Amino acid sequence: MIRRMGLRLLLAGMVLYCLAPFLWQVLTSLKTEAELGRVFPLWPERPTLANYAALFSVQPFWRILLNSLGVAGATTALASVLGASCAFGLSKLEIRGRGLILGFVLSVSMFPPISTISPLFLVIRALGLRDTWWALILTYTTFSLPLAIWVLTHFIDQVPDEILKAARVDGCTPWQTFTRIVLPLAAPGVFTTAILVFIAAWSEFLFALTFTATPASRTVPVAIALFSGRHEVPWGEIAAASIVATVPLLLLVFAFQKRIVEGLTAGALKG
Amino acid sequence: MARGNGVWFVWPAVGLLGLVTVFPVLHVFYLSLQRRLPIFQISRFVGAENYLFLLEDDRFWNALRNTAYFTAVSVAGELFLGLGLALLLNRSFRLKGPVRAAVLLPWAIPTVVSARMWEWMYHTDLGLFNALLGAKINWLGSPFWALHAAILMDLWKTAPFAAILLFAGLKMIPPELLQAARVDGAGEWAVFRRITLPLLRPAILVVLLFRALDAFRVFDALYVLTGGGPANATETLSIYAYKVLFQTLQFGYGSALAAIVFLGTGMMALVFVWALRRARV
Repeated sequence: MIRRMGLRLLLAGMVLYCLAPFLWQVLTSLKTEAELGRVFPLWPERPTLANYAALFSVQPFWRILLNSLGVAGATTALASVLGASCAFGLSKLEIRGRGLILGFVLSVSMFPPISTISPLFLVIRALGLRDTWWALILTYTTFSLPLAIWVLTHFIDQVPDEILKAARVDGCTPWQTFTRIVLPLAAPGVFTTAILVFIAAWSEFLFALTFTATPASRTVPVAIALFSGRHEVPWGEIAAASIVATVPLLLLVFAFQKRIVEGLTAGALKG
Repeated sequence: MARGNGVWFVWPAVGLLGLVTVFPVLHVFYLSLQRRLPIFQISRFVGAENYLFLLEDDRFWNALRNTAYFTAVSVAGELFLGLGLALLLNRSFRLKGPVRAAVLLPWAIPTVVSARMWEWMYHTDLGLFNALLGAKINWLGSPFWALHAAILMDLWKTAPFAAILLFAGLKMIPPELLQAARVDGAGEWAVFRRITLPLLRPAILVVLLFRALDAFRVFDALYVLTGGGPANATETLSIYAYKVLFQTLQFGYGSALAAIVFLGTGMMALVFVWALRRARV
């Protein structure tokens, strides 16, 4: 009985530790200017949505949200398709140097973004892609490919070879086998990959800071990082923006925690 | 195997990886041998000059020290905290799903958001920490506290990732093995020390590899929390490289710094891969 209580206390402590900073930001976002000037009481006495209203009225925040959604969405789609096709080729088709390619993909996943940024900046500027969605979609897709390929190879490996053999006997080309048989069977894996890629693309900062210049392509993390008021730091509005930026990820995590855990471990522990 | 050539399925992804990651890294080394100031259209070959300058650049050594200290302390902390969380997650209790989701939240929150959340909690006058401690610590304004405040934040943000991987590692340990040891009279600590930990070694190495590489190139967390200040006390290699590249626009010297980050990461990766091979045999 005492052990049970002890475990519960520890679990409660763990959950509180993980959630507390976020909950504090939620409370902050609901406070008035005056309440932000003192810490106690911890909760807002007159909860207000004024910070959210200010966020969406003063800033071009709608546009910035749209940029983030567009960039992360396109990245997710591209990385899933390219990753799945590559994983299918590696896992189920004849290919020379399979081990070499997987090793290459694994080493590329360790490349630090900062070590690629100066050449990428020069190329993107030369191509006139600076401050466009494409600059981000291209880099994000590439940098999510190693994870996508790795996770999807793990899932596609599990598709039984007999089914593919049967498809071949029935006259399916490799492309038809891929789109009609492998993709539907590996759909859970593709979905898991898509969640992980979306979270990474939604949160990315270094490339977004470097390649975007105006609200035309600026993403949410950059906007939150650059947030500053005319006189003092608008903590209430920053908190509101933080919540808006986190809610989509929060929903994903609570709806799909099992898949996320599975994807993370498939991506990491198999290597 | 389905018959058919895989090359057409594989090359788009591999080609993109070559174009957008391998080519830039090679180009970084090329740029690092130049004196290059894009705004003045200056670009000339200077050989190893940038690297020789590195050796005498106190700010580089400071950044390297900060990066090494940040990496060592935060990764060690994450391993311990992550292991604790993983052991807790591995117990049987109700509401497993929501609890796991709660643990995943810090991992999922964008680093920029996390940095601004902690910046607000560290606020000297209006912050939660000083209010709860009844103190007036200038967390982000003093060189000693700033780096440790950053480590504390990183610990919160990334220990869950370590916990998830270690939790998966724990689940791969056959329960019969633990049961057998208990029947033989081994205490909980002995079971953990003699059976769980050795079997967890590959998972621990993977966590160390991923986290160390991530911490060594840390940018977002510190750039947003402190901007590298006060007095460069939290400036890491990535932040210094970024500032040289995009604030002073010295693409040659900045690329040399970026190349150093790459080489450091590569060396760490090699050591870990070697250790992993040994652990698996």
